[in-house]
Amino acid sequence: MTKFVKGNEAVVIGALYAGAEGYFGYPITPASEVAHKAAEYFPATGRIFVQGESEDAVAYMLYGAGAAGCRALTATSGPGFSLMQEAISYMSATDIPTVIVDVMRAGPGLGNVYPEQADYGQVVHGGGHGSYRCIVLAPGSVQEMCDLTMLAFEKAFEYRTPTVVLADGQLGQMMEPLRLPKGEAAPVDTSAWATQGTPETRRNLLTSIYLDAPEQERMNVRLQAKYARMDREFQRSEAYRCEDADVILLAFGSSSRVARSAVDALRADGVRAGLFRPITLSPFPIDALKPLAGRRLWAVEMSCGQFRDDITLHLAKAGILPSGGIGLINRMGGMLISVKDIVRTVKEAL
Amino acid sequence: MATLGTKGMFDVFTRSGSESRATHYCAGCGHGIIHKLLSEAYTELGLQDRTVIVNPIGCAVFGYYYWDVGGVSAGHGQAPSMATAISRLRDKAITVSYQGDGDLAAIGLGHTLQAAARGEHMAVFFVNNSIYGMTGGQMAPTTLIGQKTTTSPLGRNPATDGMPLHLCEMVNTLTLPVYIERVSVADTARIMKAKAAIRKALEIQRDRKGYTFVEILSPCPTSVGRSPLDAAKFVIEQMEKEYPLGCLRDRSAEAPVRPEPKPWVSLAQFFGDDGSEEPRHEAAEVCERHFKFTGFGGQGILSLGLVVADAARALGLETTWLPTYGPEQRGGDAACMVVTSTHTIGTPAIEHPELLVVMNQAACAKHLHTVRPGGLAVIDSTVRLPDPLPEGIRIMQIPAIDLATANGVPKAANVAMLGALIALDALGIPAHVVTEALERSFARKPALIEPNRRVLRAAVDYCRHHGLTGELP
Repeated sequence: MTKFVKGNEAVVIGALYAGAEGYFGYPITPASEVAHKAAEYFPATGRIFVQGESEDAVAYMLYGAGAAGCRALTATSGPGFSLMQEAISYMSATDIPTVIVDVMRAGPGLGNVYPEQADYGQVVHGGGHGSYRCIVLAPGSVQEMCDLTMLAFEKAFEYRTPTVVLADGQLGQMMEPLRLPKGEAAPVDTSAWATQGTPETRRNLLTSIYLDAPEQERMNVRLQAKYARMDREFQRSEAYRCEDADVILLAFGSSSRVARSAVDALRADGVRAGLFRPITLSPFPIDALKPLAGRRLWAVEMSCGQFRDDITLHLAKAGILPSGGIGLINRMGGMLISVKDIVRTVKEAL
Repeated sequence: MATLGTKGMFDVFTRSGSESRATHYCAGCGHGIIHKLLSEAYTELGLQDRTVIVNPIGCAVFGYYYWDVGGVSAGHGQAPSMATAISRLRDKAITVSYQGDGDLAAIGLGHTLQAAARGEHMAVFFVNNSIYGMTGGQMAPTTLIGQKTTTSPLGRNPATDGMPLHLCEMVNTLTLPVYIERVSVADTARIMKAKAAIRKALEIQRDRKGYTFVEILSPCPTSVGRSPLDAAKFVIEQMEKEYPLGCLRDRSAEAPVRPEPKPWVSLAQFFGDDGSEEPRHEAAEVCERHFKFTGFGGQGILSLGLVVADAARALGLETTWLPTYGPEQRGGDAACMVVTSTHTIGTPAIEHPELLVVMNQAACAKHLHTVRPGGLAVIDSTVRLPDPLPEGIRIMQIPAIDLATANGVPKAANVAMLGALIALDALGIPAHVVTEALERSFARKPALIEPNRRVLRAAVDYCRHHGLTGELP
C-alpha cells in the first residue's frame, strides 16, 4: 500500500516499522512534523512519546533509552543538533545506539527555515568533543526518509553507535507516494549490555570515564577499530547514468534530485553526464567512487563546499587527487540550486 | 579498611579497576554513608535486581564502583533526562537519579524541575554539600552566604553571587511530585532519619506512585576546609539553618498508581494496509508534467496542489508535491509545485511550470513570467492581467472566487479552479480520478463533499458554457 506523505511523516512511519519504542522530541522548523506525527502515532500504537524541555535534554533522553537497550529516536534541525552534540559524544563513547534525524535548515546562527546542507561537517565528522563519528545516512526521497530510518535503527544496533539520518527542509516538507514497509522489525535482544532493571542485566554498566590515560587510549583505539570495520562493511551509494559519463555530479539529499534532473538536461544537450549519490556519508562510499575519480567531478551542494572538501579528502586518502580538483556548484542561505545553473556551469567549463 | 560487607554493595570494588576495598571518598565525606543507606534500602525492599542508578558528574560519578545494580553515567546535569527515558521505557525498573548540588541545582536545574513537573517515576537523591567537590571546591548554587570557596575566595557575596537555591522548596511549588523531604547525615540520629526517607522514596517507586525528591545535607570536609568532625558540625550549625530539615510533602497514600503500559498495535492494522499494491503506470516514453499553484494563505492553494498530486498518485504516476513553507504558516504567499511523471522524478522544485494557477494579484506578479513557452496560466478573474501580456504562453481567466461564492461556499474557490482545470483538461488526468481525489481529501469532513461537488460542477459547466476547453500544450 502507498500513502502520500511528507518526508517528515515518512521518518515516523519508518521508525515505527523499525520497532522504535520511544520518540523524544523538541519542536523546530522544518522538522516539527516529525514530532507532530510521532505524538499521534507513537501513543496510538502503544509506544512512548515525550516532549522534552530542550534538544540537549532530548539527546540525553535518547542516551537513557539506548542505555536501557530500547530503540528511540528524535528529529531536529541544525541549531538543535548543535545542542545534542555533547550527548552524542557520550553515546558514541559508551557504545549506545540511537537514531537522530537532522532536517537541515539554513545557518549559521538563527538562520532561516529553508533547506541547506551545511550541517554536513558537524554531523558527518562527529561535531562534539573527542574522536568519534556517527553513521550518517542521506535520504534522497520520501521513500528513503522511511527506508533509511529503518536502516538507521538496524545499523545503530548492529554497531552500537549513534546513527544520523541527514535530511533537509525540502525532503522533510515535500510529499511523495510512500510504499509502506512489508513487515515490522523483530525485537532486538540487548540484555548482554543494557541496563533494563532485570536480574540478568543487573551487573551491566554503561560509562565512558577512564581516568587512566592508557586505558582511555585503548578505548579510543577500540572505537576507531569499530569505525574502520564500519568503513569496510557498510558503504552505500547510487550511480545514475555514470557508465559512459565524462562529467560526474556528486550530490546527496535534495541536491541529488536537482543533480539528477541536471544529468538528464545535460545529456539532452549532448554532454555525457552522470550522478554519483552517496547514501552513506559516513562511512563514505569511497570504493564505489574511486573508479569514477578520473572523470570531471562536480560537487553540487547547499553549503560552502563542506561536502566537496570531504570528497577531496576521501579521494586523497585513497591515493587519488583528481586533476583540476573537484568543482563546486553550490547555493547557501536556503536558496535552491537550479538545473539551469548546473547545466550552464558544467558546459562553460568544458 | 575492612570490606564494607553491606547489603547490595560489592565487597571488593573491582569496577574501580583495582582490588580496592576502600572507597575513593575522603574521610568524613557523606557520600559513603548515603551510598550505604541507598544500597541497604533497595536490598531490604527486594528491589536490587530492578534498580538502575543514573550516576552523576561529580564525586559520586563512581557510585557504580560500589552499588551492585544496573549503572549508567550521565552527562553533567542530565541525570533527570536519562532517568526519564529509562523509567518511561522500562516501567518495571526502579529508576534512581543520584546527584550533587552543582550537577542538580546549577547546570541541571532546568532538567530537575522539568522532570519533577512531568511527575516522572523516579527517585531523586540530591546530595547537598554546599560546594563543588570533585572539581576543586568551587561555589555552588547551594553555597551559603559568606562561605569561602575557590571561586568566592572572599566569601559568597549576595550582591555579585546571588542567594542560595532551596531545591526542596522549588520542587514543592510543582503539582506532581509525591514525596519531598530534606534530611541530613551529619550524625547518627540524622542518619537514621535519612535512611527512612531513602527507603520511603524507593517504596513509592515500587508502588508506582511517582516522583520523589530527597535532599540530603552532607559534609564535604576537604572542600569546606574542615576536619571531618567540624565539617559535620558545619552541616548542623550552618547548613541546616539555611536548609531546614523535614518533610515538605507526602502524598504517597493518595497518589494514583501508574497504569500498566498498553500493548502494541499492529502497524498493518493501524495504517489499514491490506497488502495490496497500487497499479504502476507503465510507459516507455518519459512524460513529466510540471504544475505550480499560487495565491495567498487561506485560499486552499496547498490543498489544491495536493488533490492534483493525489490524483496522479492514484493513477500510478510518480508524483511530488512541494510547498513553500515558513516559520509560521498563516497568511502571506502560498505556493506549491507538483510534478507528475511516468519515471523517477528529479527535482520537485521546478523552475518553469507548463501549468500555472494564479489565485491573487501578488502571485501573478511573482510567477506569471516563469511559465515555460507554450505553457498555460489559469488565473482568477479578480486578478488584473499585466500589460503587455507575456508572450508565448496561453492565459485563461476563470471567475473561481465568484463561482464559489455564488454557490454558497466562498472558501471553495480552489475547488472551482480545480473544476476549470478538469474542463480544460489541463492536468492530463482523467476527470473521475481527480474528482475521487477531491472527495478523498474530505474523508474526515464528509459533510463538505456535497457542497464542494456543487462548486466543482458549476465551474465545469461555466467553462463548457463559455467554450473554454483545450488540452495542455
